[in-house]
Amino acid sequence: MNDKPKIIIGLIIFFAVFTFPFWYNHGAASSAPEVKLTEKAKAAKQCVRDTEFMRKEHMQLLNDWRNRTVRDAQRIYEIDGKEYMASLSNTCMDCHSNKAEFCDKCHEYASVNPYCWDCHTYPKEKK
Amino acid sequence: MEKNRRSFLKFAGISVLGLGSLSLLDGLTSDGVIASSGQTSAEATFKTTANALTAQRWGMVIDTRKIDGGICKDMEEACHTAHNVPDHEEKRHEIKWIWETEYKHAFPEKTDEFLTERLKDLPIPVLCNHCQNPPCVQACPTQATFQRPDGIVMMDFHRCIGCRFCMAACPFGSRSFNFRDPRADNAIKHENPDFPTRMKGVVEKCNFCAERLAVGKQPACVEASQGALIFGDLGDPESEVRQLLKENYAIRRKQNLGTNPSVYYLV
Repeated sequence: MNDKPKIIIGLIIFFAVFTFPFWYNHGAASSAPEVKLTEKAKAAKQCVRDTEFMRKEHMQLLNDWRNRTVRDAQRIYEIDGKEYMASLSNTCMDCHSNKAEFCDKCHEYASVNPYCWDCHTYPKEKK
Repeated sequence: MEKNRRSFLKFAGISVLGLGSLSLLDGLTSDGVIASSGQTSAEATFKTTANALTAQRWGMVIDTRKIDGGICKDMEEACHTAHNVPDHEEKRHEIKWIWETEYKHAFPEKTDEFLTERLKDLPIPVLCNHCQNPPCVQACPTQATFQRPDGIVMMDFHRCIGCRFCMAACPFGSRSFNFRDPRADNAIKHENPDFPTRMKGVVEKCNFCAERLAVGKQPACVEASQGALIFGDLGDPESEVRQLLKENYAIRRKQNLGTNPSVYYLV
């Protein structure tokens, strides 16, 4: 066992390199983005579902909306006695007209690239 | 304990069983998650719009006696504006939902040697025939093209993978492929914010204005046609289209192919 020092030094170097991303980025993590609501969205108090649900499941909701609208021609989404037109461009973006501050901020942070906007239009924002 | 082959195999067998049941448990619990999230959305329901126009089988009668080039242009303009159809300069990139053609191209098997003068030069508006037996629907590998119960042959652009089998299957050339990004080069002159555009790599065609029928409106081309296009329910003997077909001789495009088109032409 004459190689003990070499092995230990090697192990130290290995762990240093291996854990480099962790300690290099420690404390540098950007905080989760705060989405900005438009005045209209604030005034409405609640989206079609409660905030918790919308935060977690808006993608499933939108998926349901598009399937029902396109494939079953059922364009009305009814919940708690309220009816909504199941439309991304015309219902969602009516309140959340600030795509850059509302949609993109989180999507960029979470590194997801939904392809909604390849086809669906959104309100032009003032720069 | 002596490690022999017998004890090793026993141990290995039990380990595999144990791991297997673990993943089984995992599958059961994740199924539970899906079921519970399904329950939360059970209180929400979907329904059709109250003022939606409905039919057993939508159809169209085109009265060629009332058609002229100007009306054809108006209809094309109205349709393509309503649906954000791009206008590419190059002919090979062209996207069209409704367009005009000559009689001999619309009805190749009904072109006689001595055809009446009127039909020879008449512009014939052509569009998707919304066939009752649509070959495009059979050809589509992703069910992006499908037939609604009311006869409309629709496209779900979300599902289209751009394989273009439907274009090969359609005997009427009613489908166009987006070779270019429809939003590029300012190809959409007046964007209609109520209707989405498409993206590069999907096929598109006339949808009998399903989005307008849902809000109680007639198709855009019918509104712009000055009475030359009549839209209605082919399944209802009392409807205007059925009355017209009862009183007039009508022809359909490439009827011998057996696709059973829903667009009739009065000649």
